[in-house]
Parts: sequence; C-alpha cells; structure tokens
Amino acid sequence: MSGKIKRGKVVSYNKWGYIFLIPFVLVYIIFQLVPLVTTIYNSFFENYRQGLMQVGPNFIGFDNYKTILTNGDMWVYAQNTFIMWILGFVPQIIVSLLLGAWFSDTRMRLKGTRFFKTVIYLPNLIMASAFSMLFFTLFSDGGPVNSILMQTGILDSPYSFLSHAGSARGLVAFMNFIMWFGNTTILLMAGMMGIDTALFEAAEVDGATSAQVFFRITLPLLKPILIYVMITSLIGGLQMFDVPQILTNGTGDPMRSSMTLIMYLNKHLFSKNYGLAGALSVFLFIITAALSMLVYRFSNRKEA
Amino acid sequence: MKKKIMSTILAAATLVTMLTGCGGQTADGGKVSISDGGKVLNIACWNEEFKSRVEDHYPGYQIVDATTGKIGDVTVKWNITPNENNAYQNKLDENLLNQASAAVDDKIDIFLIEADYALKYVDTEYAVPVSSLGITDADLANQYQYTKDVVTDSNGNIKGVSWQGCPGVLIYRRDIAKEILGSDDPDVVQGYLSDWNKFSETAAKMQEAGYYMMSSVNDSYRVYSNNVTSKWVVDGKINIDANLMAWVESSKAMVDAGQTNTYDLWSNDWSAGFFEEGKVFCYFGPAWFIDFSMSAGTEGAIATNGGWGAAAGPQGFFWGGTWICAANGTDNSSLVKDIILQMTTNEAVMTDIVVADNDFVNNKPAMEALASGEQKIKDESGKEVEYFSKVLGGQNPLPMFCAGAEKVDLSNQGAYDQGCNEEFQKAMKNYFDGNATLEEALELFYKAVEEKYPGLTH
Repeated sequence: MSGKIKRGKVVSYNKWGYIFLIPFVLVYIIFQLVPLVTTIYNSFFENYRQGLMQVGPNFIGFDNYKTILTNGDMWVYAQNTFIMWILGFVPQIIVSLLLGAWFSDTRMRLKGTRFFKTVIYLPNLIMASAFSMLFFTLFSDGGPVNSILMQTGILDSPYSFLSHAGSARGLVAFMNFIMWFGNTTILLMAGMMGIDTALFEAAEVDGATSAQVFFRITLPLLKPILIYVMITSLIGGLQMFDVPQILTNGTGDPMRSSMTLIMYLNKHLFSKNYGLAGALSVFLFIITAALSMLVYRFSNRKEA
Repeated sequence: MKKKIMSTILAAATLVTMLTGCGGQTADGGKVSISDGGKVLNIACWNEEFKSRVEDHYPGYQIVDATTGKIGDVTVKWNITPNENNAYQNKLDENLLNQASAAVDDKIDIFLIEADYALKYVDTEYAVPVSSLGITDADLANQYQYTKDVVTDSNGNIKGVSWQGCPGVLIYRRDIAKEILGSDDPDVVQGYLSDWNKFSETAAKMQEAGYYMMSSVNDSYRVYSNNVTSKWVVDGKINIDANLMAWVESSKAMVDAGQTNTYDLWSNDWSAGFFEEGKVFCYFGPAWFIDFSMSAGTEGAIATNGGWGAAAGPQGFFWGGTWICAANGTDNSSLVKDIILQMTTNEAVMTDIVVADNDFVNNKPAMEALASGEQKIKDESGKEVEYFSKVLGGQNPLPMFCAGAEKVDLSNQGAYDQGCNEEFQKAMKNYFDGNATLEEALELFYKAVEEKYPGLTH
C-alpha cells in the first residue's frame, strides 16, 4: 500500500519534466519536424510554376532524384562548396590556435588581450551580405585594391578578381575566414583555459619548450573542443550561401565555379520548383548527416 | 551533439519547406469580372514613378501620406514592391493568384508591368482587355504602335496602356568625337556609326587612341535583342536567334581587342564612363536614361556640362517603359478607365509630363509638335524656345526618338524574354572573359534557363 503511494509521488514529479519539455517539443515539431517531413514528401512530386502557370503537383516517384543524380550538377557544386570551405577553414583553425595559445598563455602575460578579443570578433557582427557588398566594391575593376596595385606598379591593368575562378573562390574563403576566426579563437581559448595550469607548470619545470607544450599538452587536451569546432564549421560550410551569392550576384561565376549547394537550391526557387528543390534538400540532408557521423565516430573511437 | 547537428540540418530544411505552403493554384475560367463601387483602389507597382505622375498630373488626386491618396471618396493604396531579385513579380503573382478569394478591399485593381515580361501577364486572364473597360481603339489612336504590340495578347486584345515611349539612341561623348572623328556634329558622327561594320571600324579607332568604344558589351545587347527575327522559345524549345549570336561574335571580338569590357549594367565600373576620367565613347539609351541615369548634376560628370551628343546609331531599339494594366476582379472599373485615359491619352497632361519631367510620352501629335519646334517650351529665363536637352549640349533629340519609336518592331517578343535575356548575358560573360568556350557558355545558358523554366528543353 505504502509502496504504491510512493510510486505515485515519483510519477507526479516526472510529470513536471514532461510539462517543461512541451514548449521545446511543440516548436520542434511545428518548425522542424513537419517541414522536414513535407520536404521529403514534396520531393516525390512534379511541382513548379512557369510564368503564372502552375504545373503539378503530380506524383512522379523518384524522378526528381534521378534528375539530380544524372545531370551531375550537385557533385560539381558540392565540390565547389568543399573547396571554398577548406580554403577558409585551414587558415582559420591555424590562426585561431595560434592566437588562442598566445592569449591564454600565462607566461607571456600579453597586455590588452581583452581588446584584441573584441576586435577579432567584430567582423562576425557585420551582416554577411553587407560584408560581401563591401568586398565586391573593394575588388571591382575600378575599386581601391586595383588602384593600389596599379599605383604601386605591381599591375599594369586592373585584375578582374571576380572573373577568375581562383581569385573568386579565394575571396569567398578569405571572407569566411575573416568572419569566423574570431569566433573560433574564443571557443578554442575557452578550451585552453579549461586545461589545468599545473600541467603547464610541470612541463615548464621539466624544461619543455613552448612548441613541445603546445603539441604535447595543449592540443591533445583540446581535442573535444576542436572536434566541436570542426563539426559546426563543416555544417556551416555546407550551408555557405550569403557570401558567394552576393559577391557573384547569384551567378556563381566564373562558370559557376563559386556556386555552392545552397545557391543551387536557391536557383530552383525562381520557378517555385518544390519537387526538385525538395529532392536536392534530401540529398543535402544525407550528405550532412553522413559527414557529421563520420567525424563523430572518428573522434569517439580515438578517445576510447 | 547529435541533436545539435539534427537541429541545424532541420533548420535548413525548414527554410525550404516553409515556402511550400504559399503555393497557389492558377485560377481557371476565362471570364472577365469587373465591377464598380469599390472604396479602395489598389495599385501594384515597383517604384515611385507612376505614383508621382499621378500625384502631379491626375486631376483631383489628393495625397494622404506616402502610400495612400484619395480620389473623390475612393482611397488609393500604393503597393510598392521593389524589382530587386524578382520581388515585385513574386508579390504580384501571389496577389493575382489569390485575387478571386481576396477581400474586396484587398483586390488588386491596377498593376504595372514592363516590356521584358509583359506577355507573362498579358497572355493570362489576370489582365482584362482595355476594351472591356470601355476604352476604344480611337482613344489609343495617337499612341505609338509598338506600345500597343507589347501588351497585345495572343487573341489580339490590348491589355495595357503606357504613357511612355522609350525609343533609344546612341549617346556619344562630344569631346572624344571631336578628337577622333574630327567633329561632334550628330550627323557626321552618325556617318561613322550607321551600321555594325562602321561601328566596329570606329571602335578600332577609339581603341588605338586609348578609349573604350562602349563601357560594356551589355550596352549593345538590347540593340541586337530588339532586332531578332525569331522568338526565344519555339514549341517549348529554347531557340537562340542568329542576331544574338552576331552580338556574341562581335562582343567577343571587341573584348579580345580591348575595345570594351564585360561589366554588369548599373555596376560602378560600368557607370565610371559617365565621368571625365572615364574613357568611354558611347552608351545606348532612351530618354529616361539620358535624364535620370547619367549622373547629371554630379560634379565631374560629363552630363553636367552637356558633354554628350545623340545619334541614331546602327539599329533602332527601345529600353524600358511602364504599362498600366487593369486587374481581373477590380471593383473600380470606371475609375481605372479614367486613370488610364487621363494618364495616357489626355494631350494636355501628356505635354505637361514632357515639360515637367522630360519624359518621352506616348502621344504622337504631342511629341511631333515638340520635335519639330512647333510646340515651344520655356527656358530658365522664361523665354519660349524649341525643346532641348541640357545633357546633350542643347541638342533636340526628339526627332530621333520620334523616328525610332515608329520603327520599333516587337513581333518576336515572348513570355520568357526577361529570364532568357538575363541568363544569356550572364552566361556569355564567361565566354567573353575567356573562362569558357562558346559551347560551354551556351551549355551553361541552357542549364540556367531550364532551372528558371523547368518546362523548357533545348
């Protein structure tokens, strides 16, 4: 008898847990689960608008998937996205590690770290589109960068940065680097400050050089944070859109070499092509999930 | 971590699917339903131009605030959506597709369209023939034929009326003309530019002297695309007219020779030629381009000192123009009719617009009287003089415009023109810049058009 009463009490406490979860679950279902399911649902239909004429929705099975797989565009744009992400991510992680190590190094006692932490974070506060407009103007044929290069005699005639695949991709990567390295530095620094200072002191007593301390102590202990940074950046990179979209005026020129997957997705919105766009989204979902799983598995195994 | 990943992906998916709910069905049924007695007149447009014309010239219009006005006891609502990224058409599409179910006061009564996409709306039931409003052919007799052709649907009904004509001319720099061609007189200069062969000979001369013939290859695009002999889409297949390939060929040659560049229209690099430091010999443009776009009034701009001249150029073309359409389902049909008649056919209003706004209006007698000097205008000191353009150094370009407006031929326009023209120029830029072969650039063009219009093939 008494046992039953006790159990009842436990249940009534549990009830509050569920009640507190309701807002999250509701928001999640309405704004995330339902759209996800409808995206998949839509991907099986021919459904677009040509001018003012609505075509479909007609059920066509896996035809949209076939179209995307056979025309091969998706892989090209996935490759573009990946190249631009890597170009931005490598310098970003190197610079962030370096800055993070310096800022958190107790022996160096750098002055004004707080000021610099704010400054390197600032580019992230500018809207990506405004930042792209700025770069578009800076690197146009008649823009300041070309003027400086010509006045200093490095160039004879203006270099069209956005008409060459390398420089266009480079600019996109550079902007992503500038925008995100501050954020990464702060994350890594938080990780580094969490490392027990006794370890550094012990290393110092043993006569380890700064390089040895960094590679033997800081890096291994920083791994969980590094993996977090890597995964978030990878997903952010897959969703790269605003910077190249504005910089190239939506064309992804030259020859769509700077067109990312999401820019391609956006192309289907002109004709409200929910079928093809839905199928493409499903592929994106699978790619993202696969990449994330890979990184996650890989990191877990090593930790164990 | 997993949840974080999931939620990020899901959020991305959300963006895509949230838009799904907004799709609508095409209203079927082909009948005109217009009525009278509505209390709100909704006008859909993309900038302030038509609004300011109505405010300044429509008799009895009262301004209430920035987006509302009053005509008698009818409230006029201006629904202005900018053109950028197709926003205006997207909004208008949604409004028109939901026109039947919209509340009485929310129904669109008037919407404005441009030539590039006119047929997209004209060839549907969403725009009503102006004859059903009671506007007769006699009312429109003084208008230029091409302004009627633009808005004539496949059954021969006229579905919109414009107050503007936008024939274009070649606008050249007088100082460069004097230096290289020996004279800045429009007739002499025209002699060097009267066909495309002479045009490219002159371009070579300009290049030798360190000048660019045009700012961008896109400057001459309209001149070629207005003179095509076939449509963009034939039987559901994309068709590239021979004249457009002629543009590609001549543009590639000019870019390779360093006679011009590949800038986008309206970019800073492109408009640098409006200024003294720019080295650009000519642009192509209509009346509104000369008056509003060439930075007149800005220090250092050639237009400020009247340094431009106008010549007819190698071929006639037109650029821009706004047409007024009455929306199916309007509940203010007689007011719509009166606005159209007052703003596009009333000769006194038309002359007012020319004098006050320097627009080229869609009224042959009014324009010809100004062109010939029969109708005088007042200059700054109040003296009656022949019409002249300050930007063009006192030249009267109207005879050229009048002749051009008669010549414009639009028999080959179609509903896909805007999308095809945009994508064609974008794709060919890669070829001109040397980033692709002609075949690759054409392939890219087909791909981009088929993304925009999934029903088309090539």
